[in-house]
Amino acid sequence: MTSQPFRRLEGGLIDRDRPLTFRFDGSTFTGYAGDTLASALLANGVTLVGRSFKYHRRRGIVAAGVEEPNALATLREGNRQEPNLRATQVELFDGLTASSQNRWPSLDFDVGGINNILSRFLPAGFYYKTFMWPAGAWMFYERFIRAAAGLGKAPLLGDPDYYERRHAHCDVLVVGAGPAGLSAALAAGRSGARVILVDDNAALGGSLRGDTATINEVPALAWVDEVGGTLEALENVRILTRATAVGYYDQNLITVCERVADHLARPDPHQPRQRLWWVRAKRVVLATGAIERPLVFANNDLPGVMLASAVRTYQLQYAVKCGRRAVVFTNNDSAYSCVSALMGGGVPVSAVVDTRASGPGDAARKIVDSSGVECLFGHAVVGALGRQRVTSVEVMALADGGSRVTGRSRVIDCDLLCVSGGWNPTVHLFSQSQGKLRYDEGLTSFVPDASSQAESSAGAARGELGLDACLRGGIEAGAEAARLAGFTPTEDVEAARCDHVDEAPVEALWAVPLPARRHGKRFVDLQNDVTAEDVALADREGYQSVEHLKRYTTLGMGTDQGRTSNVNGLAILAGLRDSDIPSVGTTTFRPPFNPVTLGTITAREVGADLAPLRLSPMHDWHAGVGANFVTVGLWLRTQFYARPGEAMMEAINREVLAVRNAVGMVDVSTLGKIEIQGRDAAEFLERVYINRWTNLQVGRCRYGFMLREDGFILDDGTTTRVADNNFYMTTTTAQAGPVMAHLEYYAQTVWPELHVHLTSVTDQWAGMAIAGPRSREVLAAACEGGDVGDESLPFMGYLESRIAGVPVRLFRMTFSGEMAYEVHTPSDYGIRVWEALMAAGKDFAITPYGTEAMSVLRIEKGHVVGAELDGRTIPADFGFERMQKKDRDFIGKRSLERPALAYGPRKRFVGLISEDGRKIPRGAQLVWNPTAPKPVPMLGHVSSTCYSPNLGNYIALALLEDADGYQGKLLYASSPLTDSHVPVRVGHSVFIDPEGERARG
Amino acid sequence: MLLIPCPWCGARAQTEFGYGGDASVGRPPDPQQLSREAWLDYVYLRDNPRGPHLEWWYHAAGCRRWFRVRRDTLTHEVLVSAPPGEAIEDGSP
Ligand SMILES: [Zn+2]
Repeated sequence: MTSQPFRRLEGGLIDRDRPLTFRFDGSTFTGYAGDTLASALLANGVTLVGRSFKYHRRRGIVAAGVEEPNALATLREGNRQEPNLRATQVELFDGLTASSQNRWPSLDFDVGGINNILSRFLPAGFYYKTFMWPAGAWMFYERFIRAAAGLGKAPLLGDPDYYERRHAHCDVLVVGAGPAGLSAALAAGRSGARVILVDDNAALGGSLRGDTATINEVPALAWVDEVGGTLEALENVRILTRATAVGYYDQNLITVCERVADHLARPDPHQPRQRLWWVRAKRVVLATGAIERPLVFANNDLPGVMLASAVRTYQLQYAVKCGRRAVVFTNNDSAYSCVSALMGGGVPVSAVVDTRASGPGDAARKIVDSSGVECLFGHAVVGALGRQRVTSVEVMALADGGSRVTGRSRVIDCDLLCVSGGWNPTVHLFSQSQGKLRYDEGLTSFVPDASSQAESSAGAARGELGLDACLRGGIEAGAEAARLAGFTPTEDVEAARCDHVDEAPVEALWAVPLPARRHGKRFVDLQNDVTAEDVALADREGYQSVEHLKRYTTLGMGTDQGRTSNVNGLAILAGLRDSDIPSVGTTTFRPPFNPVTLGTITAREVGADLAPLRLSPMHDWHAGVGANFVTVGLWLRTQFYARPGEAMMEAINREVLAVRNAVGMVDVSTLGKIEIQGRDAAEFLERVYINRWTNLQVGRCRYGFMLREDGFILDDGTTTRVADNNFYMTTTTAQAGPVMAHLEYYAQTVWPELHVHLTSVTDQWAGMAIAGPRSREVLAAACEGGDVGDESLPFMGYLESRIAGVPVRLFRMTFSGEMAYEVHTPSDYGIRVWEALMAAGKDFAITPYGTEAMSVLRIEKGHVVGAELDGRTIPADFGFERMQKKDRDFIGKRSLERPALAYGPRKRFVGLISEDGRKIPRGAQLVWNPTAPKPVPMLGHVSSTCYSPNLGNYIALALLEDADGYQGKLLYASSPLTDSHVPVRVGHSVFIDPEGERARG
Repeated sequence: MLLIPCPWCGARAQTEFGYGGDASVGRPPDPQQLSREAWLDYVYLRDNPRGPHLEWWYHAAGCRRWFRVRRDTLTHEVLVSAPPGEAIEDGSP
């Protein structure tokens, strides 16, 4: 089947020397380079391309562009499968595979078609009414409805292609490369302004690609080529084709989706499939054209009913005949150019049915007069007849201003009905920009009114439909945009010339009345199966707001965003309410204008590139010894160092015991580090910490809490006085960023009079902690000079020294509860110092340990981390109330005096030991009796849990109400989520060395 | 995405900034002297005006400076920006 019976032998912009083979629903067809999937299907006589959403009615191709409501196809197979693509926008390539959607098991025989027979029982709001009662029934029905409804299926395989994001800036962005857009780009480009011109088609020209008009005495396409060449020669102009402007955001940010490789079977190596441009423009010219409206009459969804402009485009641009014999049904003059295209292309036109009693303007009248086509003015098509597709249409005379039809009906044979109900300017982007729309009576549609951003509309997009008006309006808009962007338009740019065509005005006929005692579905929204009767029903049931109408009937909610249906629906609603269209209003258009793949939005931020990866300066050493890594925020940290054949828990227990019994070393480079300098540095710390700092001596460290202004703990950490006016603060890994922002906020905005400077030095310093009873010996062996005794480096002391010939900062502080030191050195020396310490510790069996062992050690010692400092706790919850200064203010102090925080009752910090040797579930609630009737009173919650090899049992830290009262008592750590309920004994939060003797040595 | 004019770096994309809330409310100099209600008001309660709003922004992925921006909450128009402590002369309330 390669004959393409509906292809004309000559004409069109397709390349007959490049035949392309493609498959649709399993059959093989041929088309030509330059075809879309839709034009190739039509050339092969394929008229049935889908089943409708709700009633599963047969549907054919209606349009030739972005407005297509019916011809949604799933393209490609396997991991490149993509649903819901408009066949009218899919460029044909060799080997293309497509399938229709929303039918089961096949297009010709579709089980869901029963819905059409049952349709009297499927009115608007049917789902809401039927399945929402009784209350639980929706849960039951939902999965059947979801299976039968819906459009294409999302692919289940990973996407093999990659996508890009690109930022661009320009003076003038022109959206649309039709007559107005090309003129605007030319005027702006000649002025020297940086111009970006985007168009969603593969080639420039827009509506001119299917037009016979003459511009500057040459065929329109020759003019397009000439302007395109001029623009390409300008260095300040960038042209993007296959690029759809999809979103218009604040301050003239426009997103443009460029389909880089969708017209290929697969992207070339190293070529992205699509690219999302984020364009920030000084001025925007919207030359987005207009979209033709269909007419609403009985069975207007039959395959073979098409928009007149689409039929003309297929005829002229693709050399495709959409049928064998046509009738044209219109309420305006534009459809008459379809008549001439059809007659000129060998498709006889049986009649032109024009709703206007006075008929069209002179130019249109000349077309029908010269061709001898029968004209029925003041008439309307009341119904399309046929089962598989249109076989004839029924025509009657209109009476009483179009409110009823009268006289004898006449049946005219045809297999193609071309309809035109007028034109809607494509105002979606304008509306997204928050611009206000105005209803234009002459145009019977909405047009841009007041701008809200730095943009203007030109040509058909602002309601000026004539070609001469588009050419002139484009030049004016482009020149004005350039001028407003600070450029001087050149004088020699003037509008291209073309003949002016006088047209008689469009005459609104929003829905053709049904003849008396007749039924028939008159579709307003083809994609969502919304009929004029549904709109009336919604109105009767009180859904009178246009936004309610939309949601109740689903009018305009499909992937086509109601491009062909919105205005018709609004007008029908206005008619029912005896009000005018402006007072009914219109729904809001939101981005994206066209569906955008998630891949395009995500661009390169997938997989390993989802977020930046931060590595410790010692990372290569850890990797070299086979460490197991874990992600902590953006950091990759060593979780544990398993030896060959060692299981995870074995490794962790070994590392923990090594620290308790000998010495271990852990990488703490991820800690946040902030240098605080200036003569008011100590005063600044007084104000942001709860404890005292002005009396801290040089060479000493101090542990402290920082609160938010509402009294809850922001972070804890240790700060060292390195010099009189120089403090070195460490924060927890997770809170490094928030603490920095918090400190800078107070330093810069609340106390700008303080002389204090804050510098984040997290990445400048490597940090390692050596801990355990032998840690001092290791440090003494490694340090030049070797004196790290209690005299020179006491507990919470600081010393500057050298290891392996490089400077180090030594801090005697402990997280594990053992005697321990932190060694910080400039990042580039990290591995050198780490290796020196490992070498010095060899005789003491120094063991590197990871975050798991570090966590066990701190839980055994009852030290808090983010799990405890969760934004709901205050220092007193952990027994630190005496740390708080009484004599002066600090951030959060006043809030701590609020009764709920000052007098409790509050949950406090306790330790838990598993009573039966089972693991204590993380996140468990503490309850008296897990089997008590629900709701079970919750007394507290487990914040941290682990296995303690030192205690030989599972332990946990928790926050518990009436903590003193429950000491020694038995509770249950209850986790309904994992159905585990473990008995636990409440005790002190410090399991090891409660007197703290080990740390002091 | 807004374009935020940092007084030090110029107009930059919103993704570089953090939002710091109402800048028309200052921290009381002596919280201890405040009634419980007045303190509660300072910590928790903020106006939500429709129109111009003075707010703090933080150039987190840039110069790390806090500054004030007057932004129209209705139109999202950014009217003016200024460093802390400098008067904002834009005539708005
Ligand atoms: Zn900045």
